[in-house]
Amino acid sequence: MSSSTNKRCRQPKPDEMTGFRTKISNREDFQRIPELAINPLGDRIINAFFSDGEDQVNFRAFMRTLAHFRPIEDNEKGKDPSSSEPLNSRNNKLLFAFRLYDLDKDDKISREELLQVLRMMVGVNISDEQLGSIADRTIQEADQDGDSAISFPEFVKVLEKVDVEQKMSIRFLH
Amino acid sequence: MAIKSLALCRITLGILVFLIVFLSTLHGSHGNPSNSVISTAQPQDTTPKGQLSTLPPHEKHHVPIFKINYSRIQIPLEITMWVLLASLAKIGFHIYHKVTIWIPESCLLITIGLIVGGIMFSVHEKSPAVLTTNVFFLYMLPPIVLDAGYFMPTRPFFENAGTVLWFSIVGTLWNSVGIGISLFAICQIEAFGLKDINLQENLLFGAIISAVDPVAVLTVFEEISVNEQLYIVVFGESLFNDAITVVLYNMFTYISEMNEVDTVDVVLGVVGFFVVGIGGMVFGFLFGFAAAFTTRFTKNTREIEPLFVFMYSYLAYLTAECFQLSGIMAIISCALTMKYYVEENVSQRSCTTIKHFLKMWSSVSETLIFLFLGISTVTSDHEWNWAYICFTILFCFIWRGLGVLVLTQIINQFRTIPFNLKDQFSLAYGGLRGAICFSLVFLLPQNFNRRTLFVTASTAVIIFTVFVQGITFRPLVKYLNIRRTNKKEMNINVEIHTRLMEHAIAGIEDLCGQWSHYYWKDKFKKFNDKFLRRILIKENKPQSSIVSLYKKLELQNALELLETAGEISAAPSLTSLHLEKKPSKPRKFLPEEVRNMQDILSKNMYKIRQRTLSYTRHSLPEENRAQEILIRRHASIRRSLRRSGTMLAQKPKPIKSQRYLSLPTGQSLQKKLKQRKINSSADEEDSEIDYPPAKSHLQPRALHKPKRYTLDTVDEVHIDTRRAPIVDFVNQGRNSTRQNNSSPVLAKSNKVVLTPRRRFGSVNEKVLQNEDDEQMLQLRHVAAADRTSEENSDTEAVHPLLKRAGDQFKP
Repeated sequence: MSSSTNKRCRQPKPDEMTGFRTKISNREDFQRIPELAINPLGDRIINAFFSDGEDQVNFRAFMRTLAHFRPIEDNEKGKDPSSSEPLNSRNNKLLFAFRLYDLDKDDKISREELLQVLRMMVGVNISDEQLGSIADRTIQEADQDGDSAISFPEFVKVLEKVDVEQKMSIRFLH
Repeated sequence: MAIKSLALCRITLGILVFLIVFLSTLHGSHGNPSNSVISTAQPQDTTPKGQLSTLPPHEKHHVPIFKINYSRIQIPLEITMWVLLASLAKIGFHIYHKVTIWIPESCLLITIGLIVGGIMFSVHEKSPAVLTTNVFFLYMLPPIVLDAGYFMPTRPFFENAGTVLWFSIVGTLWNSVGIGISLFAICQIEAFGLKDINLQENLLFGAIISAVDPVAVLTVFEEISVNEQLYIVVFGESLFNDAITVVLYNMFTYISEMNEVDTVDVVLGVVGFFVVGIGGMVFGFLFGFAAAFTTRFTKNTREIEPLFVFMYSYLAYLTAECFQLSGIMAIISCALTMKYYVEENVSQRSCTTIKHFLKMWSSVSETLIFLFLGISTVTSDHEWNWAYICFTILFCFIWRGLGVLVLTQIINQFRTIPFNLKDQFSLAYGGLRGAICFSLVFLLPQNFNRRTLFVTASTAVIIFTVFVQGITFRPLVKYLNIRRTNKKEMNINVEIHTRLMEHAIAGIEDLCGQWSHYYWKDKFKKFNDKFLRRILIKENKPQSSIVSLYKKLELQNALELLETAGEISAAPSLTSLHLEKKPSKPRKFLPEEVRNMQDILSKNMYKIRQRTLSYTRHSLPEENRAQEILIRRHASIRRSLRRSGTMLAQKPKPIKSQRYLSLPTGQSLQKKLKQRKINSSADEEDSEIDYPPAKSHLQPRALHKPKRYTLDTVDEVHIDTRRAPIVDFVNQGRNSTRQNNSSPVLAKSNKVVLTPRRRFGSVNEKVLQNEDDEQMLQLRHVAAADRTSEENSDTEAVHPLLKRAGDQFKP
């Protein structure tokens, strides 16, 4: 478990947190957060906390998901090559983002899935055709094995120059 | 367009010049200081009525028709003209956009001030003082500080309070002592002719010159988007170093008059600092609470509500100044305290009025300050000493840089987000000096040793920092930025995915922010709820205020919708990006098509929600993302309506509770009610957004149908096993009167009507028979649930309200 998230979750007792009454919460509790409702990807984010088919997430699972967003620390890089990759590694961060697209969990971002997310993120002034073209172009740029969908390795490759560690990290403050 | 703006430019310039000349001649024509507008001397009131007729006595007296009595209105007139000049100058700057990009407004204003000062100087030899210390400290500074305190983003401020205090206190101390000592060392050198300035005087000067000025800093930082942490630290530092400056100033003034310094004095100085700082804050809190308490009873005197805010904060400032405490800290703490309670007590209009007035006053104040700074530069006595001044500037740089470096090393240990080198550079380089420094110099007693030298030196430093650092700050930051970011490729993927990630992070941050209750914040909240709110906030009927607000918002959104609807239909569709039917054939996209796409994306993708409304001097904090949400909602509804068939007019079955549109099977109503009641009462609305909280709950989807989320219709009684929405309503209290007829929803036609914006998402395009609040609310929530559904559904999602009863979705 990450130390900083532990720091945060040490302080409040679970029953003081809104909704975490018995360390278990469901989607309603998440949706109660107003800012998430405004967020274009709010539902998808909430979805990410719940593993397949489950309706409830307990504290541990919640923390596991949040642990993706811990900043990558330098001293961790060389620490233990044999251990499994920490949750907040670049790969796992990218996996989190990938899963926001990939609803049906077939490890591919199909055109429809891309379109859905695009439509969520984009305003009204774009017609469907334009959006479709943008989606096509996106897939075209990323697709290497010609299946008209973006697989996870292709996704990683496309974002190789992007500073994912910085972007997908939350600075937990005191 | 360019020609037109150029012409406007010329006109404005002409008016400005006219005003300038007019003012200066007015100002100068009454030569002696006692008649000048804003001097500390008493303005003479020599307007006997007998002055009216100026005819020499031996002429026949007719009834005088046309007379000029200037001296009677002189003072208000000059004040008005100055303010007008300042405001016209502001307009003038913004007409020609390019100027303000490269040169911050403060520089332009000082330049104009210099010009005016030059004119005044040439009109007569001895110009009266325009900016005196009293005027500055008592009339010009308070609005700016109040504005800063009122609109300060509280959450990041409190999160960074330690850093802010560290930089402001220790940093200022470091700077002043460092500068003072090094200048003293310089003074020891015979060649510069400065031997007579002793250590105390140098230290005093160091204290004066080391204070970073909030006015100057803000004008520069605002135009550059720095990250939130940095911004709040610089902002806070510039405000809070007032406390230490006051203490140091008093201490060193006192010491420089005495000849020897005991350790007792130093200790007393330290104690004095605490007294000044904390005393100021205490006064601020007192008056803040008084203001909050007063506004509790202003229900019937809505017109004067804004007045209380201003008067109480000004009172806090004056009282603190009276006791030689830190007036700035008093105002800030007053504003911080007051804001939270007052905004709940006063009417919406008063809230807006307060905000607008604050912005107006602080804008004018700031403009005038810089203007007068320029003027006073020209009109005051100067003594130029190359060595002293150059070394002062040099040392200011050096010590600030060193100070920032050392201090960040230390404070980075305690921060979760350490400051990197670029931040440190911004911190160091952004330490501009401004008018506070200038006025403090003028506060020096007249017989102070080498006073004019100090005046000159501080003026030089101010002008240098404002001009040189102000102008070069932005390019330097950009340059540093460019060094660090990757080169932009023509890659749409990157744009889309990074935007997705940013949205995700924003969402997660909100999630975390909501859930991490810091210890003190928790405690304060409890205390707040238990005691303070009861005392300070009037008996509130949330429904009425929310409903009235809601109605007002609806009206606004009607207009907005009409406007945006027009825009949407006029949106160009790129025919060149015509979609082929079979996506299997990959098209080659021309580069300009790609560029088009990138343009489209960058213009149309939703912006990331900023957690804090950043402080801007020149405009009210914006809430334009609400408009985005509105538009988004409309689009989604429209889309889903388009895809679906006609609406079916079906009568919904009456449901037990007015709160639900459909119930999940087997769940008891009471349990849900109770749960929500508890939750909503525990929900504190302390974020900066003030929208009526609305909750839409979704039951988790079932196992076997992962793909499609659907929303059941109003009329359905037995539920789709996957999902059943439970929709909550805003006003908990209004249950009994509300009839649950959603028949108007379905009954009427496809006429589009406006709908009310609610911050998150419910826009509904059904027309209503009667604009009932309840029905609106219901519809809203239907649509809210709908929003979540259709975002997760496939493209052929059917609008929930159109679904036939008993219809089950097939994947």
